[in-house]
Amino acid sequence: MLLSRLAPVLTLLGALLAWEAICVVLAVPTFILPRPSQIIAAAQEVPLGTWLENIAATLQIVLAGFCISFAIAIPLAMVLVNSRQLSNTVVPLLVVIQSTPIVAIAPILVVSLGAGVLPRVVITCLITFFPLVISTATGLRSAPAELIELSESLRAPRFRQFTQIRLPYAVPHILGAAKVAVTLAVIGAVVAEFVAADKGLGYMIVNYTAVFKLGRAFCALLILLCISLTLYQLVVLVERTFFSWSLPSRS
Amino acid sequence: MNSRSTSTGLVASAAEAMRSQPASPETMETTSWLAGPAAVDLKSVTHTFRSLDRSTVTALSDIGLEVRRTEFVSIIGPSGCGKSTILRLISGLLKPSSGTVSVFGLPVTEPRDDIALVFQRPTLLPWLSVLDNVTFPEKHKTGRVSKETSAGALEILEMVGLQDFLHKRPSELSGGMQQRVAIARALLQDPDILLMDEPFSALDALTRDELSVELLDILIRRPKTVVFVTHSIQEALLLSDRIVVMSPRPGKVTETITVPLPRPRGLNSMLDPLFAEMTGEIRSKVFTRTRH
Repeated sequence: MLLSRLAPVLTLLGALLAWEAICVVLAVPTFILPRPSQIIAAAQEVPLGTWLENIAATLQIVLAGFCISFAIAIPLAMVLVNSRQLSNTVVPLLVVIQSTPIVAIAPILVVSLGAGVLPRVVITCLITFFPLVISTATGLRSAPAELIELSESLRAPRFRQFTQIRLPYAVPHILGAAKVAVTLAVIGAVVAEFVAADKGLGYMIVNYTAVFKLGRAFCALLILLCISLTLYQLVVLVERTFFSWSLPSRS
Repeated sequence: MNSRSTSTGLVASAAEAMRSQPASPETMETTSWLAGPAAVDLKSVTHTFRSLDRSTVTALSDIGLEVRRTEFVSIIGPSGCGKSTILRLISGLLKPSSGTVSVFGLPVTEPRDDIALVFQRPTLLPWLSVLDNVTFPEKHKTGRVSKETSAGALEILEMVGLQDFLHKRPSELSGGMQQRVAIARALLQDPDILLMDEPFSALDALTRDELSVELLDILIRRPKTVVFVTHSIQEALLLSDRIVVMSPRPGKVTETITVPLPRPRGLNSMLDPLFAEMTGEIRSKVFTRTRH
């Protein structure tokens, strides 16, 4: 039992050790590929204040982008489920947006929207929007037909059909999409920072790789990874705390 | 309340049995159920719908069906003969392509408050407790639950034996208990007409019998007009005053059989030689109609 629990950790440690060993044996220069130990050391080359400032900058874009996207996606999904005609009109447009390579559109948006926070947030919104809308719409439609019939047979107001039946049924789908979307939001923010930014972890990576400070770039990458994982776990926490009924029972 | 025992000796003839549904003495005004228009009246109802490949499918063809007040009518027939469609027409969820559907003498144009539905699946709301599920229709319709409704819910849940499970979630209940909650939910709407769409067919045989007997019991306490769709001949015989046999698509009424078994009924009714005889009779009718 203990071994199977420790297995992922041991595997990771093994991989890191192998990485370290290979770099030592083959004498790989730091500016090509730093060893794990050098990456840890590189973190201390940059003052903590600088790290925090850049983390805050990126986190701000990620959260703003995700929250705005979420706030638009849920009502839009409700409208789409309510009207077949609107759904037929809007969904193809969403597919077009989703199919647009985000990396390609980012520089264009920066020119159009200026170099401030706005294009970064918009890019993050664009990348997270599609999974949220589509999953929410699917979830809203997943309410059992009998309950919709019950609602209709009661002649209940239509908004209550949404708030009391359809939305709760959509919760597992929304949370599933949110898990995907928060990690996508980190990608969106970084891509935006690659294109135009004066701070942020993506900006740090671009800058440090340009001057061959790969150790520092790796540190920024590690922090991004931690942000992604933490945000994902936050969604899981929300799911377990507030929507435990939506999880499959363990009995 | 103890009407079952008081009425035991009353039932003699088949005709007597038919109106013994409201079995307590005070409700046994022999004429009240005869007076006034029928609870449900379908006149030459045809219903067609468009299938996915855009061809027109006739689900029901020229259906005539009259259900008297507090009568229990079962509709039996093969899958896809439009049994459930009949219930949806009566409830006002669907409009017939032609013909008229009337409830208590008035044409059905929209869903009515005095009709409640019970489905094959319990379809409870998984995030609500048993109690909140039972009061859900009022909450859904008006936005709040009155004190009277809450009190009524407790009473009905006790009637179906779920008084100890008020605050459990549906996932913590067995299938039979979940269906009891669904029945309680329909009863709390205090409908005059109860439409049941194969309510016991997803349950195991034992639970099925148990719930059938419970339903008989409930209907003695709270007489209602019931239209009951089922696949089970035995279930139909045990519960019904009349059984309507339907043919496969296009659904037509091929036979209407009056069940002369005396009431009150229970599992012992199944031991009645008449029960076995009628089972055979109905089976032959359903069977010859299903294969041409």
